[in-house]
This record gives sequence, structure tokens and C-alpha cells, in this order.
Amino acid sequence: MDALAHAKTYAIPHDLPLDSGQALVGARIAYETYGELAEDRSNAVLVCHALTGDQYVASTHPVTGKPGWWERMVGPGKPIDTDRFHVICANVIGSCMGSTGPASEASDGKPYAMRFPVITIRDMVRGLVALLDGLGIERLHAVVGGSMGGMQALSLAANWPERAERVLVIASTARHSAQNIAFHEVGRQAIMADPAWAGGDYYEGEARPDNGLAVARMAAHITYLSEEGLTAKFGRRLQDRDATSFSFDADFQVESYLRYQGSGFTQRFDANSYLYITRAMDYFDLAEEHGGKLANAFAGSSARFCVVSFDTDWLYPTSESRHIVHALNAAGAKVSFVELSAPAGHDSFLLPHDQLDRVVGGFIE
Amino acid sequence: MSLRADLAAIAAHVREGSRVLDIGCGDGALMDHLQSEGGCDARGMELDPVLVQRCVSRGLSVVQGDANVDLADYPDKAFDYAILSQTLQTATRPDLMLDELLRVGSRAFVSFPNFAHWRTRTALMFGGRMPVTRALPVSWYETENIHHVTIDDFRDLARAKGALIERSWFFANERAISPVGANWRAEFAVFELSR
Repeated sequence: MDALAHAKTYAIPHDLPLDSGQALVGARIAYETYGELAEDRSNAVLVCHALTGDQYVASTHPVTGKPGWWERMVGPGKPIDTDRFHVICANVIGSCMGSTGPASEASDGKPYAMRFPVITIRDMVRGLVALLDGLGIERLHAVVGGSMGGMQALSLAANWPERAERVLVIASTARHSAQNIAFHEVGRQAIMADPAWAGGDYYEGEARPDNGLAVARMAAHITYLSEEGLTAKFGRRLQDRDATSFSFDADFQVESYLRYQGSGFTQRFDANSYLYITRAMDYFDLAEEHGGKLANAFAGSSARFCVVSFDTDWLYPTSESRHIVHALNAAGAKVSFVELSAPAGHDSFLLPHDQLDRVVGGFIE
Repeated sequence: MSLRADLAAIAAHVREGSRVLDIGCGDGALMDHLQSEGGCDARGMELDPVLVQRCVSRGLSVVQGDANVDLADYPDKAFDYAILSQTLQTATRPDLMLDELLRVGSRAFVSFPNFAHWRTRTALMFGGRMPVTRALPVSWYETENIHHVTIDDFRDLARAKGALIERSWFFANERAISPVGANWRAEFAVFELSR
């Protein structure tokens, strides 16, 4: 991808140990920064991205040409104010926007493909911490993340408690539920059932498992929306026709929308990365990492926490956020929690929401 | 910013550096005061997300939740003080709420509007309708106050629950008044309790 040629990357100078017991040698982390770093390096805010996100949080995506995924939240005068804060957003390891992942070259000069080690959320955070070390940032003013980004923020707070003063977790969870894992498995099976996937070794051939990846994205996309939101947006309205066609064309607008989402996604995302990152999320269980008790994960943490959920999010429902809040309370950590009302389901954290803006702005302040 | 009279009485009697849980903390005025003036570690619980958002913006640690159920998640004696200001009368079961207060806090402060105040009595006696007064400004059909309580009722409840009334304060016209005849003279009451 030539568009990535100018991307900022940091070469981790040491081997990156992984939860699997393996290590990544010569790993690179691609990142973007916004706003000036203060002389005492005290104003850094790390924004962690969700499953299919990337480092382009507030700048044009080089592949799609679309605005950054959280441009409404990050920028001059915005809730995460780049006039005051030095915002860092990095592409997680395992991904495909410049950080080392299954599409990267292994030591033999060929893409890792399925030889890439299975990674975890904590491994992703190891990569982020290595980047912070490289940038000379000892302590973050705040770490912020939504969805999988929230898992990274929690993992950072639990495993590197001295690295962040504030921890903001939006629409996220401390563990993947059976339902979460089930939806991810549907996506992975769709990719692996695509003949073009070829056991993951598709990088040097003509065909890519775009059909499988598109289906994976379509299934996942449904989980990001709410029934209310889908009904309001599409109902049972037909697409470009007056009657059903008695075929398997996209008769309904919602079908056409999902197909569009699926095919657009294949332009910018690597199918193997999708496999690895969803696996990392499925393995995520912060309590299990800390002796089975979530409160233990936060014992002795001096950070301030803020947890936000949305009332229509059924992927990571409010009960999951409350679970985190109870653990933080039990650990004596300083925690705020608010459930916001929004019609759009899990995706709400990416959409305009005045109350979310005020919570984020006020907490980061 | 000056505190409401009942909150000022509470603030004046919370020991410096205490751990405090303010239940129904509203916009966090008392918590803010206790943290900045008293060096307290203050936590809040509030039902209204807009008020929680205001608290978060002030840098306070406030959890959106319903005290009727969520207090159960807090360990015993997690706080030096549990504070319930102007919220007892909105509780599903004020008696159980009082138990919970004295479980999570070593001491509790409770403030509430006194339904036996003379203004309320006269409104009911001569008007024959549910009183709408300065202290109880909302019509019966939309009020959050589902268990109106008087000062004497509260004393009875405390006794029945084995709670000790350590101190009490009474207010009318935003000013402190003597305990004499408080049950009909006071618009608001504040009690400090222990067990």
C-alpha cells in the first residue's frame, strides 16, 4: 500500500514478548500524533482504536480518503483538545495499517500470513507501551478507548498502572462474552471458507478472500447497530424497486447497506488481520489474567477512571460496564460511570453526542 | 459557591480527610466542597445521567446508579460517612435504605424535608389538597417523593433500626432553628446517625 509510505513508524528496538510465549522480532508500530508535546511531556493522551480502526483518528485516511474515525472528538477546541494535549494514536500490532501484522514480512522476506503468532489485547498494549518508551513518554495524562480500544485502556491500567493518570473506557468490556465470541467465530469462519483465503497465503496471488471478509464485516456490523436504529434507518423499505423481486438480489435497503459496508471494508482491511484481532478480543478476560478477580486487576491503582456505556449497546451492554465499575469500587479506585442514552447501539461512541462530548472533555480536563 | 443549608451543616461536621459516599449527589456541590475544603476522598452516586456528567466535568468520581439496588455492591464500612441528602423520601424502602447507609458507612448523615412543617399542615388542613410548598414544590402526581416523612417519624424509624442519633439540625427559611417544636417548625432536618 503506497499510501502508507509516508506513515510514521517506530521500530521497537527489542524483541516484543507475547502472552503466547513467542516474541515478535523487529516489530514496528505505525502511529500518528496531533498537537504539541509539552516540554515536561505531561500532556500526552493515548487514544486506542477499535477492531477495524487505525492510527488516523483525526486525519484523512490514506486509503479511503475519508476523515479520521474520531475527528469529531479529537482536534483543536474539541473534547480531546489538540491545542492543549499531544494526542497519540497507534495502529495495534496484528493490524494492517503499518504496524507489524500477518501481512508484514517475516525474516524470510515473505509475509507472515498464518505464521504470525496469536496475539492478545495485552500484547497490543505491550506494543503501545514500547512506542511510549520510544517517544519518551513515561506517564500519560490520559488513555482513552472505545470498544476494543477500551479493552486496551483497561489492560494498560491493570498491567502498567503507573503509565496513565486517567483512564477513559467507552462502550467496552473487561471480558468477551460467549455471545461476543460467537459472532466473531461467524466472521472468522466466513473468511476461512472463502477459497481465495488459501490457508492465509493469499498475499502473493491474484485473488483475496474479499467475499469472506465482506461477510464477516456484514455480520459484525449488525452487532454494532441497534434494532431501533436499523428500523429507523431502513425499516423494511425496498431498494430501487417497487416490489420484491422473488430473487436473492438486495431487495431491501438494509441488505444493500450491509453489502456496501462489507465491500468497502475489503478495500482497507486485511482478512488475516481480522482473524488475529478478533481472536485477541475473544481471549480478553482481564479478571482471568489477575487470579480470577477483576478487582485484583486494579488493586493499588492511583488512576482516575471513567466508564461510559450506551443504553442501546447490546454488544457490550451497560451490565458489562457496571461489572468494571463494581470491581474498581471494590479496589478503592476513583471511578465515575455514566450510561448515556443514544439510539445507535454500540456505534454510538463514534457518532455525534453532546453528553458524550461533555463527559470526555470534562474528564480529560 | 455557598452550599444549601442542610449540606453546609453536613459539611461542617464531616471530619477532615474522611472517606465519604454522597448518595444522590446531584451536581456534586457537597462532594466538591468536601474534597477541596476538607481534603476528603468523596465518591458519589446519582441516578440522573445529566447530573453525573456535570460531576465528571468537575473532576468528581460519581457512579450513575440507583441507590435502591446499587448500594448492595459496596462492601461493609467502605466509607467513614454515607450521606443521603433530600433523597430518603424518594427511596423505595427508606427503612432498608437506612440499614444500607449504616452498613456501608461508619456514620450516616440524612437530610429530608419535614412533612409535618406547619405550612404543609395548613395547606392540607385548610386547602384539603396535597401541599405544594417551598420545601415540597412539586404536585403529587409528578413528585419523586413517594414516602413523605416527618421528624418524629424519622426518630421512630431510627429507634426501631437501633440507630443512634448523634446530632441533629433543623432549618426554616434557610436558617438554623432550635430543636424545640422542630416537628412543626422545621422545613428541613439533618440527622447524624451511627450504630
